[in-house]
Amino acid sequence: MSDRLFNWYRFASPQAFYPLAGRMIPWFWALAALFGIAGLYVGFLVAPTDAQQGEGYRIIFLHVPASWMSMFIYLVMAFWAGLGLAFNFRLSGMMAQALAPTGAMFAFLSLWTGALWGKPMWGTWWVWDARLTSELILLFLYVGFIALQSAIDDPRRADKAGAILALVGVVNIPIIYFSVKWWNTLHQGSSVNLAKSSMATVMLWGMLLCALACWMYSIAVALMRVRRIMLEREKDTLWVREELAREAS
Amino acid sequence: MLTPILAVIVRDLRLALRRRSDIASVLFFFIIVVSLFPLGVGPEPAQLRKLAPGVLWVAALLATMLSLPRLFADDYRDGTLEQLALAPQPLGLIVLGKVIAHWLISGLPLTLLAPVLGIQFDLSGEALAILTVSLLIGTPALSGIGAIGAALTLGVRGSGVLVSLLILPLYIPVLIFGAGAVDATLTGTGAQAHLSLLAALALAGVFFSPWPSAAALRIALE
Repeated sequence: MSDRLFNWYRFASPQAFYPLAGRMIPWFWALAALFGIAGLYVGFLVAPTDAQQGEGYRIIFLHVPASWMSMFIYLVMAFWAGLGLAFNFRLSGMMAQALAPTGAMFAFLSLWTGALWGKPMWGTWWVWDARLTSELILLFLYVGFIALQSAIDDPRRADKAGAILALVGVVNIPIIYFSVKWWNTLHQGSSVNLAKSSMATVMLWGMLLCALACWMYSIAVALMRVRRIMLEREKDTLWVREELAREAS
Repeated sequence: MLTPILAVIVRDLRLALRRRSDIASVLFFFIIVVSLFPLGVGPEPAQLRKLAPGVLWVAALLATMLSLPRLFADDYRDGTLEQLALAPQPLGLIVLGKVIAHWLISGLPLTLLAPVLGIQFDLSGEALAILTVSLLIGTPALSGIGAIGAALTLGVRGSGVLVSLLILPLYIPVLIFGAGAVDATLTGTGAQAHLSLLAALALAGVFFSPWPSAAALRIALE
């Protein structure tokens, strides 16, 4: 492996990844702020008022990115978990553990902003729409993952058990989504389908910028959290003691 | 391949029959929960008919979940599980045997009780038949998926509550199609589609779930 130009496996070790993550975090924060300001500027000042929904539609600039991130983070979490299970990387389990709270927060945020949007648009905080219901179930899956990981004291076992749960959850997500969808259509659900107006380009740009901001924020926060997890789990090793000594001085 | 499965089934059934009160308490839990609903929402027959599929199915879900910790916990405590894991037969097959035994002990009695409880909700004969069939098809999936949760929470603090957090979200498709089948019969659209989907879920659940359960058991035994 030494003849490779760059050895990726080096960063599977917490000791090597810790300083790298530390160097990357400020950049991701900066990008998150940059994209966030740009997205909010486009969203609030450039994008026109919607013909059907008035000003209230502007909450989608947070709502849609939050929903995307909540789904995407679960996939990333399951990816890390599967990698950890297959190759026994220590870092993978830590990454999965670090991502879970952020994903749960985005799922909650998506439900909350959805309710705030639904009240003026649909006249109700909550409907049993297929998307809302599956987002709620996604939040339950996150909660289950976090609860299982925190109930098991041995971190190695917690990682592996969480990994199995995350993978089972990933297999189940499409089944749950389609069952909820069919359930909803079979029930002749409240016809809340928004008249699909093709979204103006400028609105789309605002949304994409906000999505990028959420993305950068997620990476920055996950890296910060994974650094803390590394210190906590490896607190008896030499490199952590040296690292802490350096940070204290 | 069948011998280890059969051996595990026979063993688990024999153990369960020596502790009949465990089976009975789960069944009475089911009966009590179902009987509480008319007391809570009022005795109008039309309303009860509308609620019946959901109530019976949710109660079956909860009753199955209550019986899950026993699936592996006793064997884990007295070391049998370790011996089973060391056996030359694949652990997945042994888990499959345990899942089948669990269904015979909890799922099947629940199914047989359900039509009697359905009468309390003023269900018609046809709806009672579909309810029984849907439970007969769906409860194996509950045992199968539940085994994953039971294996993951083995020997973990507060595993009783934890298993419900892990497993109930995964039970949602079974609940939707199971209760949906009865609902469709009541509204006259026919239960065929729901029952087919339920059967697909049950087959997939029973076939695939022993393998992640076995992996989770090995983690617990490490």
